[in-house]
Amino acid sequence: MDARPRPTLAVWKFASCDGCQLSLLDCEDELLAVAGALDIASFAEASSTLRPGPYDLSLVEGSITTAQDAERIRAVRAASKRLITIGACATAGGIQALRNFVDVNDYIAAVYATPAYISTLATSTPISAHVKVDFALHGCPINKTQLLEVISALLAGRKPDIPNESVCVACKRRGTPCVMVAQGTPCLGPVTQAGCGAICPAYGRGCYGCYGPAEAANTAALAAAWTALGADRRSIHRAFRTFNAAAEPFRKESDAHGDENHPG
Amino acid sequence: MQPTAPPDPQTAPPAEPVLLDRAGLQALLDALAARGFDVIGPTLRDGAIVYDRIARIEALPVGWTDRQDAGCYRLERRADAALFGYAVGPQSWKRFLHPPEELLWRARRTADGFAIEAEPPPPAPFAFIGVRACELHAIAIQDRVFLGGAHQDPGYAARRQGAFLVALNCGTAAGTCFCASMGTGPRAEAGFDIALTELIDVDRHDFLAVAGSDAGAALLAVLPTRPAGPEAAAAAEAVVAHTAASMGRQLDTVGLKELLQANPEHPRWDEVAARCLACANCTMVCPTCFCTSVADHTDLTGTEAERVKRWDSCFTADFSYIHGGSVRASGKSRYRQWMTHKLAHWIDQFGTSGCVGCGRCIAWCPVGIDITAEAAAIRATPGKGPHGNA
Repeated sequence: MDARPRPTLAVWKFASCDGCQLSLLDCEDELLAVAGALDIASFAEASSTLRPGPYDLSLVEGSITTAQDAERIRAVRAASKRLITIGACATAGGIQALRNFVDVNDYIAAVYATPAYISTLATSTPISAHVKVDFALHGCPINKTQLLEVISALLAGRKPDIPNESVCVACKRRGTPCVMVAQGTPCLGPVTQAGCGAICPAYGRGCYGCYGPAEAANTAALAAAWTALGADRRSIHRAFRTFNAAAEPFRKESDAHGDENHPG
Repeated sequence: MQPTAPPDPQTAPPAEPVLLDRAGLQALLDALAARGFDVIGPTLRDGAIVYDRIARIEALPVGWTDRQDAGCYRLERRADAALFGYAVGPQSWKRFLHPPEELLWRARRTADGFAIEAEPPPPAPFAFIGVRACELHAIAIQDRVFLGGAHQDPGYAARRQGAFLVALNCGTAAGTCFCASMGTGPRAEAGFDIALTELIDVDRHDFLAVAGSDAGAALLAVLPTRPAGPEAAAAAEAVVAHTAASMGRQLDTVGLKELLQANPEHPRWDEVAARCLACANCTMVCPTCFCTSVADHTDLTGTEAERVKRWDSCFTADFSYIHGGSVRASGKSRYRQWMTHKLAHWIDQFGTSGCVGCGRCIAWCPVGIDITAEAAAIRATPGKGPHGNA
């Protein structure tokens, strides 16, 4: 290790389940190397010692769902040389973006005993809707190998090797026969970005789209293929309304298969 | 026995067919394993017939066949216990000769620079069991791509030179097969060490075997075989003739290169783009598609670096990314690139079509886009002049 100071790292949580931060802590074999390469200055999930910025790198988990968080993300951005979003919430709004399709007050009334205690925005929006994002890691949750790749690339000053190709490419490299073609199982893989290692098809399941839309996702063509396999409008609608419901290609396709009686 | 170079038809020994029974076929697998080959053949996995390591003939898809159509592949039971009673599955031998991911080099930082790690010793040579005629042609095409020019791919060369190829004359054609149109099958003509034809009926279950190289002849000589009489040879002919007559699809190749090259703005490209997922499945399953990209990785400590090569596709935006953006931004331009390269520009580049008629791109397209139907649609309404329907 040379004598230069290590770059400082901060990890931030917005509206989220903490799963993506846990992916960092889950880097068991590499965690010491991460701590050796980066000076972990602020990571509440790992340590109660929180040092003030500025930071060389901020990893941001979660979406913006409150007025306070909309302010807080600006402060994070201002204190961060590089800002990388980690996961579907930060990158696309997350599962909580289902509120974007309905009146959030209906949800509040249905869930909370005292709705008056709840102060929230009408929408869940990705970090990029509020501040400039230097790199977005997809996934619900993110893949720790991809996280280490992005951090390593940043440290080396090179481009991260995070392809935006479809899950199909990963299935084929892995040698998994296509579950749509060989078993007639509806799969979101052809329109979903790779990165997970194509886990679900390897176990005979269709892709759930956790990594969000792939580049050039032709969701309408895939929905037509799902229909040919016997999927009804409701199941197509729901397939596109999960962790990446607010990502534009998925939002559009779920709307196209919407049910007027069940707008959410 | 040393693994052989790709057989040269000029020096191949005269083919004196012999018969192997099932025990003889097992003896062939055993002999290859005993000679140090990594024996790979068809086997059932995840609802499909894939290529994987096999030691026993029972690992073959005994009594199974496949029903294939655009975007659909299903395994079905056969009425008999044939070992090779199916067409090609989602994988091709490219998976082994031109693997999905390959480490090119790894380096470590040293006190005064960096050192490239020593290359690992070459793996055991492959023996492929049941290589179809279309696949022999596909391997020959990749030989031209990787070995034919001024710069050879050393990894491919090492894997290819050691490989022992046991071909199989197809006894069944899938609904997506069109090798007869491409002149690439269903009979294995050259490029193999041994070619088998499965002969199965109520009275017998044999394999007519023909050597295609000295190595193949030498191996057959030590196996328990019996002479194949004219009756067995005629039966093998009938198997291939029946397969040739039952192709599920056809492609009219007359003037196809000129037709496609004259129609870059044909409205059919927009029509197919509306259906195309740009998912890259067609290129991944194609036994001749050879494109790769190279990625560099470094570790967290900055002491190790590696460069890997992996399958890429003309259907991704990154693949045609140059300074300023992707050359092929639309699905239309990507499908057009793939199909016109495969069926037309490939001929200018390598001297043959890039398509061997195996039908994988048709079966394994999740939305069932059919290259033969797309070509026929453009032929049905060709444009006028050098820019087609522009």
